[in-house]
Amino acid sequence: MKPRSVGLHAVSLLAMLFLYGPIIVLVLYSFNAAHLSMTWRGATLKWYAALWHDEALLAATANSLFIALVSTIGATGLGGLLALGMEQMPHRRQQVLEGSLVLPLVIPEVMMGVALMLLFVTVHVPLGLTTVILGHIVFNIPLVTIMIRTRLRKLDPMLREAAADLGADSWQVFRYVTLPLLRPAIWGAVLVAFTVSLDDFLVTFFTAGPGATTLPLKVYSMIKSGVTPEINALSALLLVVSMMGVAAALSLQRREV
Amino acid sequence: MAIFSTSPLLASGQSVSSIAPTIDIRAIVRNHGSVAAVDHVSFQVQRGEFFSILGPSGAGKTSVLRIVAGFEDPDAGDVLIDGRSMLGVPPNRRPVNLVFQSYALFPHLNVFENVAFGLKMRRVPAALIDEQVRQALTMVKLVGKEGRKPAQLSGGEQQRVALARALVNKPAVVLLDEPLAALDQQLRQAMQVELKSIQEQAGLTCVCVTHHQEEAMMMSDRIAVMHQGRMWQVGTPREVYENPRTLFVSRFLGVSNELPGRVSEAAEGAALFQPADDLVPGFPVRSGPEPSAGCPATWSLRPEQLRMSRERPASGDTVLPGVIEKILFAGSETKYLVRIARETLWEARTTGNVQPPYASGDPVFLHWALGDGRVFFE
Repeated sequence: MKPRSVGLHAVSLLAMLFLYGPIIVLVLYSFNAAHLSMTWRGATLKWYAALWHDEALLAATANSLFIALVSTIGATGLGGLLALGMEQMPHRRQQVLEGSLVLPLVIPEVMMGVALMLLFVTVHVPLGLTTVILGHIVFNIPLVTIMIRTRLRKLDPMLREAAADLGADSWQVFRYVTLPLLRPAIWGAVLVAFTVSLDDFLVTFFTAGPGATTLPLKVYSMIKSGVTPEINALSALLLVVSMMGVAAALSLQRREV
Repeated sequence: MAIFSTSPLLASGQSVSSIAPTIDIRAIVRNHGSVAAVDHVSFQVQRGEFFSILGPSGAGKTSVLRIVAGFEDPDAGDVLIDGRSMLGVPPNRRPVNLVFQSYALFPHLNVFENVAFGLKMRRVPAALIDEQVRQALTMVKLVGKEGRKPAQLSGGEQQRVALARALVNKPAVVLLDEPLAALDQQLRQAMQVELKSIQEQAGLTCVCVTHHQEEAMMMSDRIAVMHQGRMWQVGTPREVYENPRTLFVSRFLGVSNELPGRVSEAAEGAALFQPADDLVPGFPVRSGPEPSAGCPATWSLRPEQLRMSRERPASGDTVLPGVIEKILFAGSETKYLVRIARETLWEARTTGNVQPPYASGDPVFLHWALGDGRVFFE
């Protein structure tokens, strides 16, 4: 191995360690038998077991899953329709819309959260599950639209012409050609939206009311009374779920029909 | 039930519409900005005919095809199919099917589903779809590949699927957009023969767009030569090749050995052609329909009408001396580029083995039968 590439490998290894070190430690300590987390007292699964008996935690999990499910369906539907609609627009308007789509992704999420909260308060919508779901739909629409649009633009426009030429009306062209070809992108978008919704803290924090505590909110409130290994176990589980979601989304995105 | 009758006339039952042309294009115009991509193009195609629109890229021939298919609307003129105007009729309601240059096969569907697509859209019963798809696949020799996806097929096989997908619908007209352009040379020649035999066997009416003159001549009953949005000549391949109406048509349909000059005398059905290069002697030509003496003109001759010899021929042929500049061996024939004037190279050909062989730099005599060749006025 050339000396230069040894250095390169060392640097990338350090970078990886920097990124994943804390996560590895967290996962390791979720198996720690000790109550006070920093000393190792042998391996155990009892914190994972304890999770299943924590009523408040289970309620938060149920909230999170429900919010993720509904907001994903909403965001995928609206975002998908937006992507399809944009294709029909003149080029200039597409560019303008594309720019405004990226905006929610780049403005600080705190601002998004505060803005949404102010909006809900102004129009007298009581904060609760509904407002959290609406908030999640808002930040997931751009993600979904961009993912589906990327795929849509790669589709050969001739395919739609061929379908029309073979007697398909516009609904049949969509049903039998466009939709099946978009399916991998749609599933990818669903997984990403679901994962992002499940993990979201800031927007949820500002838009949640009583009875709408999600898993990340719950973890945050538990941490105020000290980091217990139970939180480690919960985080490890969340990590696994998120990673599976992202991996599935990536593999779907990569699959070219 | 015979899906593909061997006789188009029997299949059509001699209805009134079989007497009218299947396609009747009336003076269509299509403007792209200020340029007329299609400029008052008219032609008719009879039932069972293989009609080719031949022209260089950008001639507007694909626009004509897309107007017939319904993807573009003409700015003026009319498109009649089986006597019915197609203006305002969307592509999915037209009795035509297009074979795309890129094939445009549905990548998510297998061969069977691709071919069945048109029938399924028209809600043909499944049992009937099964039977008709099988017949179409038999015709294009793809039986056994029903379950393959397009990506698993060779270029030639994809071409066959595209063809089967169109003809399974029994359209009044099959439109072919550069059908063989994506295939390599060998496959292309095999497919030319096969496409033609399928067309004859199924009695298909075809309109084919191509820039490949040999392909058009070999497959077509009639050819239309298109250039700059206009149709310059329509006729059988032989008519168009042997009697091109313009210099462009002459050049596009084959090699054209040319000399610029003018017709100097016109008398009693014969005229004298005076080349612009005064080192080249004048020679007699057949006078055209209007012997416009004195007008600038170009004289053109096909290479196969040109003979080459070492000795000055004794016959009554018209003779020009020249020097062989380049020899191109092409297997069954050999092509010679012969310089006959400062600015002019002509192509002559020999077939078989000439003994002794010609060499570059050899002085030769080029000669042709009195009156061969054509004069084009500018």
